[in-house]
Order: sequence, then C-alpha cells, then structure tokens
Amino acid sequence: MTEFTHRQSAHCESGVVANMVSDGGLGLSEPMAFGLSSALTFAYMPIIKMAGMPLIAYRMPPGHIIKGVAKQLGMSWKRQTFSDPDAGMAALDAQLEKGHAVGLQTCIYWLPYMPEDMRFHFNAHNLVVYGRDGDDYLVSDPIFEGVVRCDSASLRKARFAKGAMAAKGMMYYPEGTPKEIDFAKAVPKAVRMNRRIMVGAPLPVIGVKGIRFLGKNIGKVAARPDANTYLPQYLGHIVRMQEEIGTGGAGFRFLYASFLQEAGKKLSNDRLLQASAALTDAGDSWRKFALVATKMARGRQTLDVKELDNILNGIADKELAMWQGLKGI
Amino acid sequence: MKKDEVPQETARTYGGVKKLLYAVDEAGEYTGVNSAGWEPETFATVQAVDELNRLRDEAFADAKAGRVSPLVFWMYARRMEPATLTATTGLWAWRVKRHFKPAIFARLPDRILARYAEVMDITVAQLRGLPAAPDAQ
Repeated sequence: MTEFTHRQSAHCESGVVANMVSDGGLGLSEPMAFGLSSALTFAYMPIIKMAGMPLIAYRMPPGHIIKGVAKQLGMSWKRQTFSDPDAGMAALDAQLEKGHAVGLQTCIYWLPYMPEDMRFHFNAHNLVVYGRDGDDYLVSDPIFEGVVRCDSASLRKARFAKGAMAAKGMMYYPEGTPKEIDFAKAVPKAVRMNRRIMVGAPLPVIGVKGIRFLGKNIGKVAARPDANTYLPQYLGHIVRMQEEIGTGGAGFRFLYASFLQEAGKKLSNDRLLQASAALTDAGDSWRKFALVATKMARGRQTLDVKELDNILNGIADKELAMWQGLKGI
Repeated sequence: MKKDEVPQETARTYGGVKKLLYAVDEAGEYTGVNSAGWEPETFATVQAVDELNRLRDEAFADAKAGRVSPLVFWMYARRMEPATLTATTGLWAWRVKRHFKPAIFARLPDRILARYAEVMDITVAQLRGLPAAPDAQ
C-alpha cells in the first residue's frame, strides 16, 4: 500500500492538490493552494441552472486549482480521461500497484460514505485513492476528518457518471514535484490575477459588481407573483451555495484570508496582512447575511429585501476596498 | 470569524461528520477549526432535500393514480430533475418529457428503459413499477 498523509481540508480541490503536492515532498497548505491558483471569485450566473436555481459561485470553476497550482509551481500533472470504464479502472489499479496515490474526479452522489443529505448529482468532487484492499479502495477524501473506503462498483459509478461536467474517469497525479516555491514571485502574481477577477471583470455579474447584482436581484425575485413560495427557496439556495460543505465558511472568504496571512508572514508584507484582516471582516458580513437571510426565509424575521440588499452592498464595499489596497502589489 | 465563534450546532445533514472551517485565534492567527454544524447552513440543506422529497412523494401518488409514469417517481427518488436526467442519459429533453406520460412509457422498449435504469442504478423491472412506499427503495 502507498503511504499517503491525509489532511482534512475545507474544499475538495484545494485539499487534494495541497495533499498530493505535499506527498510529493513540497509542503503546501490548503489556503496556499487556493490562493496561488487565484481561485476566489463571485459570479452570479442566471443562465446556468442548478436544480432550477441560478448558479452562484464563490470560487473559480472546477479544475482551476489543479491547473493554477501547476502553472505557479512550474510542475505538471499527468491527466487522463477514459471512454471505457474498464480501462479507467484498470489504469487506476496499475498506478496503485506502482505505488502512486492518484487524484480522481467523481460524482458525489455515488460515494457510499457520503452522508445521505449531502448526496447530490455534482460531478466535480475530487478525492485521492491511495491503495486497495480486496474490493475496497482506500480513499483520502479531503473534506472528511479521516480516511474512508469505497467499494469498486460504487467508485466506478462515481467516476463514470454522465451529465454536466462529467468526469469521464478523470485521473491525475503530479509528474514530479519541484523542490521549493519562490513565494516572492508567485504570491504577487497570483494576487494580481485574483484582483483582476474580482474588480476588473467586464460583466456586471462577476466579482464585486456581481455581489451588488445579487442584492438587486433579490428585490426582483421578491416582486414575482409566486414570491411567497419561491423567495424562501431562493434565499436558502444562496446560503447553500455560500456555506454548504466545501467553502471553509463565508463562501471561501476565510480560506483566502488565511492564504493572505500566510503569504504576508512569509514575505513580511504588511499590505497582505492588512488585506487578510479586511477580508476576514467581509467574511463575517457574509456570515451575517446567511444568518439574516435564513431567518427571513423561515419567517422568524420580517422579510425585508432592502436590508439584504444593504448587507450585500456593504460586503461589496468592503471587498472592493480590500482589493484596491492590493493594487500594484 | 473568531475560533471560539465557530458554530457547533450539530447538524443532522453531516451524518456525524465534522467539517473544517478557517477561523482566527486570540492572536489573530488563522487556523483550521472543526465545526459540527451551523443552523443557517443546515436549514438551507434540509430545505433542498425536503423539496426533492416532496416532489418524489407527489410523483409517487401521481404515478399510483396513473397521472404520470413511474419514471417521474424514480427520477426524484434518485435526486434528479428533468435536466439531470436528460444530461445523464443523453436523450433529448423532449423525449424524456414524453416518457413521463404513462401510455407512452408503457410502450417503451427495454433498450430505452435500460438507459434510464443504468443511470439510476436500478433494474428495468424496478423502473417499470413502484416500490411499496416512496421512501422504501
């Protein structure tokens, strides 16, 4: 069996990347993997529907962290997909026999160790398989406290589930890990890129502007004739996207603030440390938004869309000021 | 968020698992902290699960009364909606919609039924009928 050090993470992709790179000999924290790949965003996508609701994303699309970390560290991943499930399972076994731990993209619904209420058809869940014991695969799923097991039939289903963002058996592992990271070069580059995403996007639904757009849109939803039933569902959906497993709290804001702090200390850079504190403050406002929105959705507080709009505008102001503070870093 | 403010409101949705959040300690240092759950998040997850269960139960009653085909029940029982079912089977949306009609569903060949059965991980025989109760599968 392959030795693999499991570390629990907030988010599956940054967790898998940090754990696999660390396993290769280059210690990398989860926040560092998230930050170096410039993965923070806000996007309100009314055209892309998730279970009939608009997609609200707080991070860049699946695959962004895997690619972004490789680019920043100057390493590459061996990535393979398969049209034939048998070949995909055989290739996994072959790598395990060679002693490689392997990253996999899976559909969360078919993973038997997932709690019942977390099972949805989401095709981009990342995990590491590090060994096999009879019919069971030994799995390091970064959102769990400890390692878990998955029978081969279920793993096969999870890897080859079809539909939106289908994994097609996607399997990956690093082709060599660099010995060290040049933080002085990588951090400013990653922060600049993330700043462009958050304040420089030309669309009104992305970045800081997107946060304001969401606030306005809640008002529009409240004016719909079916608002009585639809608005509570809509508010619940926003909170789910923001807080449900995998965000580390406040829609990845705390995770990114943790990266800014780690980077600020490594480089003795006060601007990064100040930005970290400012983003923590914005994250606290996101938590407050979730609290107030669910109270309203449950009828425990008078529904007041103006108040929700105000909180979101306040968050947008805070995040804008924080990114402006990092201008030209 | 401060470390001692990390909520520990045990969530049924976690199934006994604790997740990791990032929070700051007394000295302002970030650290990973386990959370047993947070009420607003639990509400949002339960609301989504309940909505799918409601649609499933409704489809069960409708299928029993012959208003829709069993396919509608199985779709919601597997936490899918028409868009997911269309994407996973690779069938056209208008065809999937037609198959929701009992008379058309009854005439479907095994070849088509097998495509649905496969993505739902049930047998064709199961797909043709209904279980004893909506949550007994």
